[in-house]
Amino acid sequence: MPTITIREALTKGLKEALDKDPSVFIMGEDIGPYGGAYAVTKGFLEEYGAERIKDTPIAESVMVGAGTGAAMGGMKPVVELMTINFGLLAMDQIVNHAAKIRYMSGGQFSVPLIIRAVTGGGGGLAATHSQCLEGWFASVPGLKVATPATPYDALGLLRSSFEDNNPILFAEHALIYGVKGEVPEDYYTVPFGKAETVIEGSSVSLIAYSRMVHVATEAAAELAKDGISCEVIDIKTLRPFDIESVANSVRKTNRAVVVEEAWKTGGFGAEIASQIQEVAFEDLDGPILRICGEEVPQPYNKKLEAMSIPDAAKVVSSVKSHFSL
Amino acid sequence: MAKIKNNQSKEKGLENYTKEQLTIFYRQMFQIRRFEESAEEQYMRGNIRGFLHVYTGQEAVAVGAISALRKSDYLVTHYRDHGHALAKGLASKSAMAELFGKATGCSKGMGGSMHLFDKSINLMGGYAIVGGQLPIATGLGISSKELGKGQVVMVFMGDGALNEGELHESLNMAAIWNLPVIFYLENNLYGMGNHTTDVFAVKELKKVSEPFGIPNLEVDGMDVIAVNQATQAVVEKVRKGSGPFFIEAKTYRFRGHSVADPSNYRGKSEEETWKKRDPITSLETSMIQSGLVEKDEISNIRSSVEEEIADAVKFALESPDPEDATLYHNVYDS
Repeated sequence: MPTITIREALTKGLKEALDKDPSVFIMGEDIGPYGGAYAVTKGFLEEYGAERIKDTPIAESVMVGAGTGAAMGGMKPVVELMTINFGLLAMDQIVNHAAKIRYMSGGQFSVPLIIRAVTGGGGGLAATHSQCLEGWFASVPGLKVATPATPYDALGLLRSSFEDNNPILFAEHALIYGVKGEVPEDYYTVPFGKAETVIEGSSVSLIAYSRMVHVATEAAAELAKDGISCEVIDIKTLRPFDIESVANSVRKTNRAVVVEEAWKTGGFGAEIASQIQEVAFEDLDGPILRICGEEVPQPYNKKLEAMSIPDAAKVVSSVKSHFSL
Repeated sequence: MAKIKNNQSKEKGLENYTKEQLTIFYRQMFQIRRFEESAEEQYMRGNIRGFLHVYTGQEAVAVGAISALRKSDYLVTHYRDHGHALAKGLASKSAMAELFGKATGCSKGMGGSMHLFDKSINLMGGYAIVGGQLPIATGLGISSKELGKGQVVMVFMGDGALNEGELHESLNMAAIWNLPVIFYLENNLYGMGNHTTDVFAVKELKKVSEPFGIPNLEVDGMDVIAVNQATQAVVEKVRKGSGPFFIEAKTYRFRGHSVADPSNYRGKSEEETWKKRDPITSLETSMIQSGLVEKDEISNIRSSVEEEIADAVKFALESPDPEDATLYHNVYDS
């Protein structure tokens, strides 16, 4: 099986869709000659031409809104938001319109729109470019939110997104584009709303998405050295959210830990914790632990920035002290 | 049908229209007027809830402009959308039932007054966040151009939308990509209670399109013939690939911003001046003076509209609420 990066997996998925379906087009800031700020669409302009690889003005609201309109008009647009932070300039179009049109039209119109957005901190970009806002979008009925952690899931979820008729926020963490993993040659998809047990364990469930899956995995390896067996669950999509798989893990381990890069207050981890206690309260041996980003705008200084984001060491120490293990 | 030729009609441009076309304009404007008056009455009776923004006074714009479109052309509008929807061909029953929130409404009771959709006539929706419809219309311009179906997109906005960034983003994108979008401004002088002169740095609002190289024109929005003539010419150009166009119709709403608004911010004399230019009365007078129609014919049209609107109200009243299960329908396309 070939080993590729998340960046390559996304490139592959986008090219496949462009090759397969003439109604697919991509638009975004600097996706053309520049090749995309994170190089996912490098070489696309030469291969597919300017009609299908549309470099847009720096105008996020019309980028997303035009994606919605083109989708209503029979196309399958992919809008690339250079970062999820810039998506705030398009909130009206994402939340008020794209997410609502199917419902408000009584099912007459669908919006098959993929909004790709780079998320996450840790890149030395300070407070305005380092946020994890995918959880905000996950609170909106009508939207779906994908948060892949591996090349396999990046490609599989992207393929599922192209097969879906709904507006999708596809959140790609900036620091994991280079993460490598095996991806089969044969066509496959990864479904929305289906979590995966990345590591099996018996004592603690570590629940995470996107880059924090890797942090949780690293922490699980450390904790295993001390004889603490952790199960790592990658939820993969925030909406729909697979509470059943998460609850099944908690029923086995009786200890639940949510590891999330976003802020604690109102973060998606709060939703995970809440749903766990709703369905598996009796199975919990103690309070659910939430390890989240610090409640600060992300600082620029490297040392302080690192302190603001959960890492494996923090997960290890927090798990040990919280559960007295 | 013979076109009318005499001096009186020439002044109004009536000579370019058949009697049939003019009576259709008249009927549509009167239909919108009576629909809105009836909706206000039903609102007072508690049959319509939420916001209700009526189009009374502006009928010549919707009818004149939208008559220039084909059924397959896209219409995108804002929260004051009843007039546009009816002019595009939405059945008054379907519209009234939507205002009542009934299952038989055009949006199945899920959208209400501000969100009228009808896919069968490419009524792409009323959008109730000011300016929000403009990027969507721009995107429809992309699909129309890319898929080569020759459809024109007409998107309406009120003067209130002109200060929204979404307008400027949309005008720019439509211009650089040469999209077949007609941006239609209905300048009724007030964004809710704010007079345009208090909130715009420029006096001539149509000039907003000029920095983007988008041609514009101004039209008397109280004159259905003027609106239709100007719009027809623009639609033809845009359909041929000339790129976006901006039209400003000067008009006036005879009622408040919504049913909750007594219009205390504007003078009664101003209202009276504009009401003297009632687009329905004006067309009626011109048609009668030109000898095109008899008073009886006007009465017949009016009675048929009265009957239609009464039927629409009856239909809406008698229609069922949506089933409980529909609460969860259509959140997603599955």
